[in-house]
Amino acid sequence: MKIIVAIKQVPARDSQLRIASSGKWIEDVDLSYEINEPDAYALEAGLQLKEKHGGEVIALCAGPARAAQTIREALAKGADRAIHIEEEDLAGFDPLSGARLLAAALQSESPDLVLTGLQSDDLGYGQTGVILAELLGLPHATIIMSVEASGGGIKVKRELENGWFQNVEMALPALLTIQSGISKLRYATLMGIKKAKTKEIRKVTAGDLGVTPSASITMERVYLPERTKQTQLFDGPPKEAAAKLVEKLKFEARVL
Amino acid sequence: MSILAILEQGEDGLHRISLETLAAAQQIAGQLNTTASAAVMGAVPDQLKDKQFEKVYAIEHELLRDYTPDAYSAALRQLVQKEAPSLVLFPHTYEVRDFLPKLATALGRVAVSDVVSHRVDNDALVLVRQLFQGKVNVDVRFASEAPNFASLQAGAYRADSAVSGSAPVESFTPQIAASEIRTKPLDRFRESQRAVDLGAAEIIVSVGRGIKEAENIPLVQQLADALGAELAASRPICDAGWLPMERQVGSSGQTVAPKMYLAVGISGAIQHLVGMKGSRTIVAINKDANAPIFEVADYGIVGDLFQVVPELIEAVKKAK
Repeated sequence: MKIIVAIKQVPARDSQLRIASSGKWIEDVDLSYEINEPDAYALEAGLQLKEKHGGEVIALCAGPARAAQTIREALAKGADRAIHIEEEDLAGFDPLSGARLLAAALQSESPDLVLTGLQSDDLGYGQTGVILAELLGLPHATIIMSVEASGGGIKVKRELENGWFQNVEMALPALLTIQSGISKLRYATLMGIKKAKTKEIRKVTAGDLGVTPSASITMERVYLPERTKQTQLFDGPPKEAAAKLVEKLKFEARVL
Repeated sequence: MSILAILEQGEDGLHRISLETLAAAQQIAGQLNTTASAAVMGAVPDQLKDKQFEKVYAIEHELLRDYTPDAYSAALRQLVQKEAPSLVLFPHTYEVRDFLPKLATALGRVAVSDVVSHRVDNDALVLVRQLFQGKVNVDVRFASEAPNFASLQAGAYRADSAVSGSAPVESFTPQIAASEIRTKPLDRFRESQRAVDLGAAEIIVSVGRGIKEAENIPLVQQLADALGAELAASRPICDAGWLPMERQVGSSGQTVAPKMYLAVGISGAIQHLVGMKGSRTIVAINKDANAPIFEVADYGIVGDLFQVVPELIEAVKKAK
């Protein structure tokens, strides 16, 4: 099975975010970056399918030069090779033109399965996978908990709302977006890290792919949300803060 | 210029989030001096017949009985092309997330997903959505010609502000061939019966990623015991197997509204907030002052839970 996993590099989850002076994005000078967590689960699902059925896992990532670090980590975990669409500034690409980049880069690979996370932790549109499926003319399913090969196709378990699930069958090639948390993520081994250094990373640019940035929606201004609720915050040493909180819960909220 | 709301119904009629989208469509249409219509798959439910709309479409085709992204996308593309609305609104459900990007792409558009509010600026619509899991907001505008698409987050609009009236119902039958449908949905199922009914608990202590290790769960259990509370968790804790799935609160777990909800080490991703924001008193303990949980909290302590929780247990014991 030839599997492509689309991954994204995003600011680390516990980053303290500040708004950039332009008001168009966050201040990114002292941020650290990591793989988008949902994509880490997509990569894990891809590696497990390869272990079971054989084949190849190719990591596909659009991002600036710093994304090479995240790509190396995917190779160290077991991806066989990678494609890096290297663009310093992807801000001009909306989810559709961004997906066009991915589609153009993977078309010549003719994969059996394309996997990605269900959403990104930074922009959070939750659309790239489905847009990519439409651009590639592939059937798709989203928020997938497990994948089983059956006959010439696959049977997947889709998460619905309120604790419900549904199995869906489809032929290959297909695209799936993977739910986070469905398996335990592997760590890269020392051997894996060593091997990753010799694995191929094919670099292409948007220009090579013939894709130009376009935005049919524009992000006008980013800002910290205003609190709609008046939250009483207690600070000071933990002992004092705890005592103040309990007093409020007892005499004001009357829940104790 | 007009607005079309595509609503989702189950066996028991329109879901709450669809009622919210219905009200939002009426409200935005009023602000933009235009008309609103609505559409559902299948027969029009009573909840929709007595609302003020230009028209209500019943989209009917036997291939729409079981949801598939191919059939839904094909049907809605045809309705949008016929009706030519300037804006198409959806509730941001799992189903909509599954087909809306496909529909928008087929029409060369990008949907603005998961909208939390809007404003009208010089007759143009500005939509507000969240970045970085609710830590940052962004104002978004459409830069394309009609039709444009947006989905609205659960709880973002008030269902009870819907305007009553009447709406002529029109049947719309799209052209769909069975060969266009490339996925085969099988039966829907639930994994297990729920033994713990969090809905009955008066006080809930809920734990999230901030707890770091399974070995630390007993600390929060002690707090729950001191308060006489049920222990619950956010999704990552249940995914990791540190607590059973039946104790999960959020869009994929249980929805609760106890007298007090105390969130320990939970940042408050929207998937969690929709499951608990109806609680009467919300308390949050988190090390990040910008965590979205503080936007819904009545009381909070910004600090290291490993220092705060032991002190809180002592203080609760003393107060009781």
